[in-house]
Amino acid sequence: MNDARARQAVIVVAILIACALPFVLSNFRLFQFTQIYIYAIALLGLNLLTGYNGQISLGHGAFFAIGAYTAAILMDRWGVPYGWTLPIAAVICLVAGFLFGLPALRLEGLYLALATFALALAVPQILKYFEHWSGGSQGLVLIKPDAPFGLPVNADQWLYLLTLALLLITFWIGANLLRGRVGRAIVAIRDNPTAAQAMGVNTSLVKSLTFGVSAAYTGLAGALSAVVIAYVGPDSFNIFLSITLLIGIVIGGLASVPGAIYGAFFIQFVPNFAQDISKAAPWAIFGILLIVFMIAMPAGIAGGVKMIWNRLTRRRVSEPSGTTPRPGMQATP
Amino acid sequence: MDIFIQQVVSGLATGSIYAALALALVMIYEATDVVNFAQGEMAMFATYVAWSLINAGVPYWPAFFATLAIAFAGGLLVQRLVIRPVQNAPILTIVIVTIGLLIIFNSLAGWIFTYTQKPFPSPFPKEPVRIGEIVFGSHDLGQIAVTLVVLLCIWIFFRFTPLGLAMRAAAQNPVSSRLAGIRVGWMLALGWALAAMFGAVAGIMVAPVLFLDPNMMGGVQIYAFAAATLGGFTSPVGAVIGGLIVGVVENLVGTYVKFIGTELKFTVALALIIVVLLVKPTGLFGRTIAKRV
Repeated sequence: MNDARARQAVIVVAILIACALPFVLSNFRLFQFTQIYIYAIALLGLNLLTGYNGQISLGHGAFFAIGAYTAAILMDRWGVPYGWTLPIAAVICLVAGFLFGLPALRLEGLYLALATFALALAVPQILKYFEHWSGGSQGLVLIKPDAPFGLPVNADQWLYLLTLALLLITFWIGANLLRGRVGRAIVAIRDNPTAAQAMGVNTSLVKSLTFGVSAAYTGLAGALSAVVIAYVGPDSFNIFLSITLLIGIVIGGLASVPGAIYGAFFIQFVPNFAQDISKAAPWAIFGILLIVFMIAMPAGIAGGVKMIWNRLTRRRVSEPSGTTPRPGMQATP
Repeated sequence: MDIFIQQVVSGLATGSIYAALALALVMIYEATDVVNFAQGEMAMFATYVAWSLINAGVPYWPAFFATLAIAFAGGLLVQRLVIRPVQNAPILTIVIVTIGLLIIFNSLAGWIFTYTQKPFPSPFPKEPVRIGEIVFGSHDLGQIAVTLVVLLCIWIFFRFTPLGLAMRAAAQNPVSSRLAGIRVGWMLALGWALAAMFGAVAGIMVAPVLFLDPNMMGGVQIYAFAAATLGGFTSPVGAVIGGLIVGVVENLVGTYVKFIGTELKFTVALALIIVVLLVKPTGLFGRTIAKRV
């Protein structure tokens, strides 16, 4: 069996299992899986920007918040059906990300990290400040939608399936985007901006567009989370959300599409297990793993999986797999 | 007018804290081109060390200096163990590692000392100082004095001692310095150690005002970032002046511009950082770095 075929087979089996889950798992577990998919969409967005394009964002929680609040305000204040709030939130975040990306063009590496870090800290304050719209510190309580067209599934099952469908669509779009000409331009800018420009890549346009698309992904995830949790509150969008997303892409694998999914599983389940030790334990573990991964395994879980995969399919690879010194050097997923 | 002068002085007091932390950031940036996102959390942790010492019955000033020594050793250790392995990695890697440090220190403090706020003693008298009609907080004045003394010590160290000279050389031109027999790696570690020490001073001085908890330094750090950006990440003098300006502006804006108050504290810092980066990315005193491609 050749490699691409085998990979397709794995993906198909994974999707089939995912489709079967709502009929075997309890509603609580299902809710957790829904959250994993939401995280995965957000992580793919951040990975697009930070992993593939090399623009460091420590403030992607801000776009998650914009998406969530767009959906919540549309539903709560104007009674817009939740289905419509998702694309609207994505578009608003696309614009917001593009606009933030424009000044970000002038900020290189560290300075962009600084500015986005400040953005992440400022978000809860800004949300509380516009109390009239956002409901202030209390946030907004929403109504959990039921399944449409009289489908024989309950609300949790429906939201799971909806999220799964969106996950598949966004990943399909993302993978195709990265595989093509645009994807190569995005990666080229990360690896050598000057050379990319010399090759005719419009670096400023590609960079700000990547920022926009990345924000749109994360914003869509935010809107989904508002619908699924049926609540938004300013303090859930603090700096630690942004850091959680960063942890997700680093542990999952920088510049890797499946890495976003591994990362999402990681940030959803590890805190659950670690919480039993102490309230602070999940973060201590996160912190230590961040450093250990950066030093010892910069390609993340995705790099490890790839290494094992190559060994299982008995392909002798000439490149040193899994231990590339630079994070995110494996451009293709 | 009296209120104005009072606010300026209390702004200078806050500003001196920002200045100390900004100076720590700038020192590390100068030496290693790294912005240490964990600087504030390291300072917070050092403040907890001071708190434990004082609670164990050690008098204030011995505890103060013992904490500085511990912070120094801690900074050295962090650089050798965690930063050195990624020294030559891309910026993204280093940023992520310092973010890792940030959450480690933050959660360790929460784990060991819990998340409840703790009062922290001030070594200065409670009675305010009166000059004519104007009343100044003693802690404010003491805080400014301590920071000034620390700054003076640093300046003397870098300007007049052979070790200070070696450190400056290692930061400016590592290759030549190594050829001249300077142990560049250790100079960088020393930079981290000194930075951790200034951070500890900032933390201990600000704790009586803000109360001690694991998230105490979040706001201070973002203002220190703003200060360092304003003064220029390549200029220690700029960091200090930037810190003082930011402190005074923050206080005056808080007093006179009602709609901002303290609710949008971080937003003001964010706006300041972005505006400075867009208008004058090198800051007021920074130098432009030409890049060869």
